[in-house]
Amino acid sequence: MEILTPSELNYLKKKLKREPNVLEREIVGAQWSEHCSYKSSKKYIKLLTKKSESIIKGPGYDAGIIDIGNGDVITIHIESHNHPSAVEPYGGAATGVGGIIRDILSMGTMPIALLNALRFGHINSPYTSNDIKTSIGTKNELYSASRWLLKNVVRGIADYGNCIGIPTVGGEIEFDESFTNYCLVDVAAIGLGKRKDLIRNIIHKDDILILAGSSTGRDGIHGASFASKELAMENRSAVQIPDPFMEKLLMEVTKEAIEANILKAVKDLGGGGLSCCLSETSANLNKGFEIDLDKIHLKYRDMEPEEIMISESQERMLYITKKENFKSFAKILKKYEVPFALIGTVKNHKNLIINKNGKTIAKMSSHLIAYAPLLTRNSKKPKYIDDLKVTKKFVKLPPDLNKTFLSMLGNPTIACKNWVFQQFDHEIGLRTIIKPGITDCAVLKLNNNKFLAAKLDGNSKVCYQDPYQGTLTCLSEARANIITSGAHPIGIVDHLQFGNPENPEIFWTFKKSIEAMIDFSNFNKIPIVGGKVSFYNETKNGPIKPSPVIGMLGLIKGNVGISQINPTPDDTLYIIGTTSDDMGGSEYYEFLNGITGGFVPQLDLQLDLMNSNLILKIIKEQLVSRSHDCSKGGLAIALAEIAISSNCGLNIDLDKVPNTCKRLDFLLFAETPSRFIIGTKKEEKLEKEFSKYTNLTYSKIGKVTDYGDNITFISKNKKIINLEMKIAKKNFENLFHIMKNQ
Amino acid sequence: MLKIGIPVFPGSNCDRDIYYVLTKIYNIKTEFIWHKKDKIKNYNAIVIPGGFSFGDRLRAGIIAAHSPIIKEVKRLGNDRVPVLGICNGFQILVESQLLPGSLIKNNCLNFTCKWTDLKVRNTDTPFTSKFKMNELFKIPIANGEGRYILNEAQLKEVKKKNQIVFSYHNDDPNGSIYSIAGVTNDKRNIVGMMPHPERTCQSELKLFGLTNSAMKIFESLIAYIKK
Repeated sequence: MEILTPSELNYLKKKLKREPNVLEREIVGAQWSEHCSYKSSKKYIKLLTKKSESIIKGPGYDAGIIDIGNGDVITIHIESHNHPSAVEPYGGAATGVGGIIRDILSMGTMPIALLNALRFGHINSPYTSNDIKTSIGTKNELYSASRWLLKNVVRGIADYGNCIGIPTVGGEIEFDESFTNYCLVDVAAIGLGKRKDLIRNIIHKDDILILAGSSTGRDGIHGASFASKELAMENRSAVQIPDPFMEKLLMEVTKEAIEANILKAVKDLGGGGLSCCLSETSANLNKGFEIDLDKIHLKYRDMEPEEIMISESQERMLYITKKENFKSFAKILKKYEVPFALIGTVKNHKNLIINKNGKTIAKMSSHLIAYAPLLTRNSKKPKYIDDLKVTKKFVKLPPDLNKTFLSMLGNPTIACKNWVFQQFDHEIGLRTIIKPGITDCAVLKLNNNKFLAAKLDGNSKVCYQDPYQGTLTCLSEARANIITSGAHPIGIVDHLQFGNPENPEIFWTFKKSIEAMIDFSNFNKIPIVGGKVSFYNETKNGPIKPSPVIGMLGLIKGNVGISQINPTPDDTLYIIGTTSDDMGGSEYYEFLNGITGGFVPQLDLQLDLMNSNLILKIIKEQLVSRSHDCSKGGLAIALAEIAISSNCGLNIDLDKVPNTCKRLDFLLFAETPSRFIIGTKKEEKLEKEFSKYTNLTYSKIGKVTDYGDNITFISKNKKIINLEMKIAKKNFENLFHIMKNQ
Repeated sequence: MLKIGIPVFPGSNCDRDIYYVLTKIYNIKTEFIWHKKDKIKNYNAIVIPGGFSFGDRLRAGIIAAHSPIIKEVKRLGNDRVPVLGICNGFQILVESQLLPGSLIKNNCLNFTCKWTDLKVRNTDTPFTSKFKMNELFKIPIANGEGRYILNEAQLKEVKKKNQIVFSYHNDDPNGSIYSIAGVTNDKRNIVGMMPHPERTCQSELKLFGLTNSAMKIFESLIAYIKK
């Protein structure tokens, strides 16, 4: 299988001044795949990360490192495993988790939490008959395939995280037609460590390279290249096999070796296997490696050198130590019965040399391998973007808003995700203060009376219609989720997922997404600590919608605000912000009415920051009993979530909600950003605070009523929604019903 | 000086949580004991932690049950030293035949992590003396194979000897026989339970509005060994 393009092969020949042999072509091919080299995106990704006081940079660091004071550091990394999960959801999702955990370990920090963001095709539908035939099957068959993917992706993530003993504390799931027969599986890991324990990644001549963990086999051969192509056929052999038990042992080994202070450099083996791991480490640390392939422990004796070099067998780590420390490191590895091999030494030249049977079978400059020639991709604004600004379909005002409200609550994208969260051990480690699904983000206890808030967010529907505004809205939502716990944002990570970058229209959406990231980060002075890109997310039915996933971290010092997560009867409810008719990309249009199009929400950066800062201030001053952002499903869903989580009824006067909406259904379900719901017992003090802002829009919209009361929305003295708590809850728990007996 | 031992197997993952509770909250000297150790002494109690010992290979707890340390736990158990097995620790005690019955896949077939209500059924063990009979308390579970089963003869015996220590109240998340969540041996010094009392050790970790009574399990133990 020739991976390199003709022009890449020419470039390689020119640089080598000779013909590369088969092994060398495979090594370079793995590293120059889009997946490993970022050849289309690198120029743009570089623009994202800027210098910041709290961000620690170092050679060869895969994850972002944030200094949080007191000698503590937080590491965060996000990655997707979309292609493998689409063909083999259990193994694909599980090995995705394994990969990011090893990235956190490679920094010298211990993983303390996992999060995920998942995207699937629809698993049910309220608006079409299930027997409708499409070119790829009946709707029913497609829904069933999506449910199969959902079930196995969740199980894969659960089995891996649970076994290894790292809590999975949060997640986000979106369903959209563009993911039919495909899925996006983004997993993020957060690590905690001491600044002094960070792996220095400084190596010297004669240091030794130790490969530890699972044996190298034929699993995952060409995995990186497989992920750099459109999904044309099921290629299960390119999917890696998960072994969380081995990963747990590697974690313990790494921890003990860090405590013994014997590791000089650590690197995990992921996409591209040994080829990428060795060439990147060698190039980044500016030293050469001489590797003896005969030393590597293999699953099969008859493996060819190129198979050994590009195998993506999981649960393998590369450690570099001083020669003198080999004995003490080997003792730790033996204690945990982890297979290992001394595979090579560090040299002062800057080449990667591969030997077998005493003969050199590959020799190239590490820098040449690690840095693929970058590509200039064309970009062009897609025609559909302007077409979609006007909707051609008219939505009738529903005669019974009660019924509409229930359908919205049961929409799998909106409905409660406890069916998923309960399969994750989210409590292990004694840190999970706010558990998944309780409020807007997860909160973890750190040391020294500090707490970490974490959330992932995405919205492919809005990003499709306007990738710039869509990405901004995701960023705003992620920030809103963090601050409603009382946390100050300290860092952003992103994972940008698109179709084929060779298509100028798709590449344009990618560039717009990058622009939004830069603008938001600069305006709000929140550093971007790391990011990844995944292209070629396509099936034979076309590309996915642009799907940037945003991760945001926040820090809380002292536990003010954390416990105040639920209002109690008789609390007053306020809304901050104006609601407008920006229905484009909303769940109301897309899920309930099957419409793609319309005016999408526009983020006012200044207003968004002002409202966010206000929320942080009133939480700190303990003026609120609950704060909640309005996002997917709009105002009605945000209020329902408060009612259901506190088990209290609500009485809301819709005429009091500041808005420019033409219709009640739009007012209820519009997803205008920068809005917050506040519950309080301290009306007077709160209003006094509000009055300090001249251009703040806020309004008292209703009351929390007694436990178990109805959820009631009134307009013009008429109850337009009046819902029993029991029925609301049942619909909100729709995922349990849909996934039962799967 | 009092000392509690925590046997650690490859794949144990709640060992550090238990260690934190015993040392930081109760100030008791506690030591990890690697599974290969075949001679241990001077432990006043043993707590076998949760996790996935040996990756749950073959069957949860079965490989750990054959490790050298379990021989020592058996010896201590015979000498009436209190032994508590939590989650995977319970599975190991069952596979070691220190406790009756078996633990199989939950009837929902999924790993389940959530808070549930427990009822105290026996206050005459080193781990339950601080409870009142039939006292209810909240506690989190996190397991995939927590469905406790007994054959007819075993059930008769367990009931006759009053070996049920905890049962699920209202909602049985695993589908266990008689909603059993924890059992003891006939000498009453060994207790195994699926739920995780250590995860309630601080008020911040609880779901809102809950009291800390699951911690009475450790308080009972400490009072017992201090006697």
